Amino acid sequence: MTTLAEPLHAQSMRRGLIARAVDRLGGGLVQVFMILVALFWLLPTLGLLVVSLRGETENNSSGWWTLFTKPAQLTVDNYSNLLASGFGSSFWNTVLITVPATLLVIGIAAMAAYAFAWIEFPGRDLVFLVVIALLVVPVQIALIPIAKLYGALGIFGSILGVVLFHVAFGLPFAIFLLRNFFVGIPRELLEAARMDGAPEWRIFATVVFPLAKPAIASLGIFQFLWVWNDLLVALVFADTGNQPMTKALQSQMRQFGTNVDILAPGAFLSLIIPLVLFFAFQRYFVQGMLAGSVK
Amino acid sequence: MTERLDGPQAAGGGDSAAGASSGPSETPADPSSDSPQSSEVPQSSETPQSADSPQPGAPLPGSDADTPPPDSPAASDSPTVSEEPPAGPAAGYATAAPPGAVATADASATAGAAKALVRLGPSPRLAVMFLLPALLLLAAWVIYPIVYSIWRSLYDSAGDRFVGLSNYLSIFTDSSTLTTIRNNIIWVVVAPVIVTALGLIFAVLTERIRWSTAFKLVLFMPMAVSLLAAGVIFRLVYEQDPDKGVANAVITTVHDAFSAGAGYPGARPRENDQAPAAVQGGAVVTKQQAQAGTPVLIPLVGLTQDAVKNTAPAKAAPGGDGLSGTIWLDVVRGGGGTLNQIDPQEKGLAGVTVEAVSGGAVKATTETAADGTFRFSGLPAGSYVVRLPQSNFTAPFNGLTWLGPSLITPAIIGAYIWVWAGFAMVLIAAGLSAIPRDALEAARIDGATEWQVFRRITVPLLSPVLLVVFVTMIINVLKVFDLVFIIAPGSVQPQANVIALEMWRVSFGGGGNQGLGSALSIFLLVLVVPFMIFNIRRFRRDEG
Repeated sequence: MTTLAEPLHAQSMRRGLIARAVDRLGGGLVQVFMILVALFWLLPTLGLLVVSLRGETENNSSGWWTLFTKPAQLTVDNYSNLLASGFGSSFWNTVLITVPATLLVIGIAAMAAYAFAWIEFPGRDLVFLVVIALLVVPVQIALIPIAKLYGALGIFGSILGVVLFHVAFGLPFAIFLLRNFFVGIPRELLEAARMDGAPEWRIFATVVFPLAKPAIASLGIFQFLWVWNDLLVALVFADTGNQPMTKALQSQMRQFGTNVDILAPGAFLSLIIPLVLFFAFQRYFVQGMLAGSVK
Repeated sequence: MTERLDGPQAAGGGDSAAGASSGPSETPADPSSDSPQSSEVPQSSETPQSADSPQPGAPLPGSDADTPPPDSPAASDSPTVSEEPPAGPAAGYATAAPPGAVATADASATAGAAKALVRLGPSPRLAVMFLLPALLLLAAWVIYPIVYSIWRSLYDSAGDRFVGLSNYLSIFTDSSTLTTIRNNIIWVVVAPVIVTALGLIFAVLTERIRWSTAFKLVLFMPMAVSLLAAGVIFRLVYEQDPDKGVANAVITTVHDAFSAGAGYPGARPRENDQAPAAVQGGAVVTKQQAQAGTPVLIPLVGLTQDAVKNTAPAKAAPGGDGLSGTIWLDVVRGGGGTLNQIDPQEKGLAGVTVEAVSGGAVKATTETAADGTFRFSGLPAGSYVVRLPQSNFTAPFNGLTWLGPSLITPAIIGAYIWVWAGFAMVLIAAGLSAIPRDALEAARIDGATEWQVFRRITVPLLSPVLLVVFVTMIINVLKVFDLVFIIAPGSVQPQANVIALEMWRVSFGGGGNQGLGSALSIFLLVLVVPFMIFNIRRFRRDEG
């Protein structure tokens, strides 16, 4: 026994040593590589922040990275100038578009998802497959027809039009996500409520909706980010008076070289709320993403 | 994050179905086991619980399959039925069904489910109430526009004259739309592959670092940022001036580290008889033979004071043995000074390559110091001509023109990768964490190298996830709009153009041709149809 085990043991020891040495060397390389990658991903955003905090003359004469060698050249002038120029109203427009669009999508999609998950009706499978098909429909398809429709309805250029567009195009994903979550709710809970004679809307409001909070949080953050960050829909459907931040900034892009002192703080202001939300709710964000694409 | 996630798959609900499913059943003709199972599919495909765990006392779903076709009309509503019957989740129950059920199995299945639900569930009319808002919005904002666009695409720009397919014809004949198609092909071929590959690499490597959560957050962060902000960020990165754009700053730094960098483009001797040096074939050469012990003076002009702001004031080279001298900018700021003499305010030219030439051959090479002085040591006695080769006067390398016509698409794809690599990494990492560790460990113990483990075990096991990421990226890339619109400066937008942007441009951005715009949007829709089908098939398989 021992005579046989001895060399085997020694062999695996040696293998282990070599493997560990390789691992340590490789591990070091991996660390360095990953640090470089992380820097690569951080630097562009950091650059935007620093540029937004530097005066025009500094930005024209030296790179933002010189901050590290000669600090104390930062100023918030760009931000105060930007807000003084009326950028605040487009920030407000973004909020006015994003919040209703998010809440409406959650409410409407939750009702539909409930029907798809828990109410049997003829043609349900087919209708749900249509919803899945609509997941990938490009918004471009609706720009011209809906512009015509809004013109006829007299809501072209209004915030309402932008909101409704976002709600409609948010629905397929929202229904899909919530329906898949609702299906997983234990049937006994619903059956018990139905046995008690609770009306269906009350089961929906008091049993399913509260249980679905994680899924609704995921959906909410996705829809919020999608609407908040949208440019194309606003570009077509929002008037200058109703334009969100993205469109306001886009109109400054033409003179990029001379407008950095407007564009950089504007872009940073537009991304600060999504970033805060992202860090606060990143768990739901990831869950929603996994649910939306991979099991 | 301005694109929604397009790759659907069952989420929470899928879990319940997945637990029981055992892969697609390819042998529906076998009456003993498989086909009764497959007969269970449609009902369980939508609501696994609805049929398999009905209210207490309900018959097993297996016996539901016995119920022959009376309810079969309902089955026509179930598209899951006819093609590719997946294995049912009710495998355990299936044996209850007699072979006779096979023929009608498909038809009766959904019907059975419907019946089981109707017994207790709410009426279909209620479903309409719940669905109405969503269906109205989808019908009016998504379905109707598709129909309208098809019709509109057959009319001319004003919408008055029927033109048949000529809008589509012009998509494939007009050189500017052909450029957009070419660019979209480049995007589709390059971007999804790189994003998926990077996602895979990062996902595997994050398992080897302790700070993987921080790493994931950093890479994932661009997903929360609008593509407009990402566009502004990368406009800054790609600025041409190496003093503004970080990309060119890095490239020029690396470039200068590998090649002599101190260039003085435009520097030249005065063109008069008193000047001690003259231009010969791009190089600056002394007119007189230089002697060891007598310092050579090479005054240059044609530079701004900015070019010499980092060099020291020029000094006369000490005599002594060997050939020495001074190269300086013979200009005093604000005027004054003596020509061809080193005045106190004048600056030396640092880092200039200097050659000692004798009989047409370079005998020695040196470089000037910060004060512009140079010295050849150990040079054999004799008379030499001092030459400053042309390389001193060529323009310094200024980085790449990222936003120019030739590099614009790769540059924008770079920004796209920055935005989406984190998405791919997180999805793939989730798939990776589901791989049984035992399989990897077993292979390692058997002596497989890390590469073999990666190549033969990890990647094959991950392939479903990789496919999902890849397809999601293709769908996303087909619709790419914001990044191109924002990053490409107006003058190069024709070279960077993509279909989604061209659609906006011709319909709203000054093109004024909504007929062509509609045709382009239909073209875009047709391009995503294969992925629509992919999603539907995958959903049905997962639910089955």
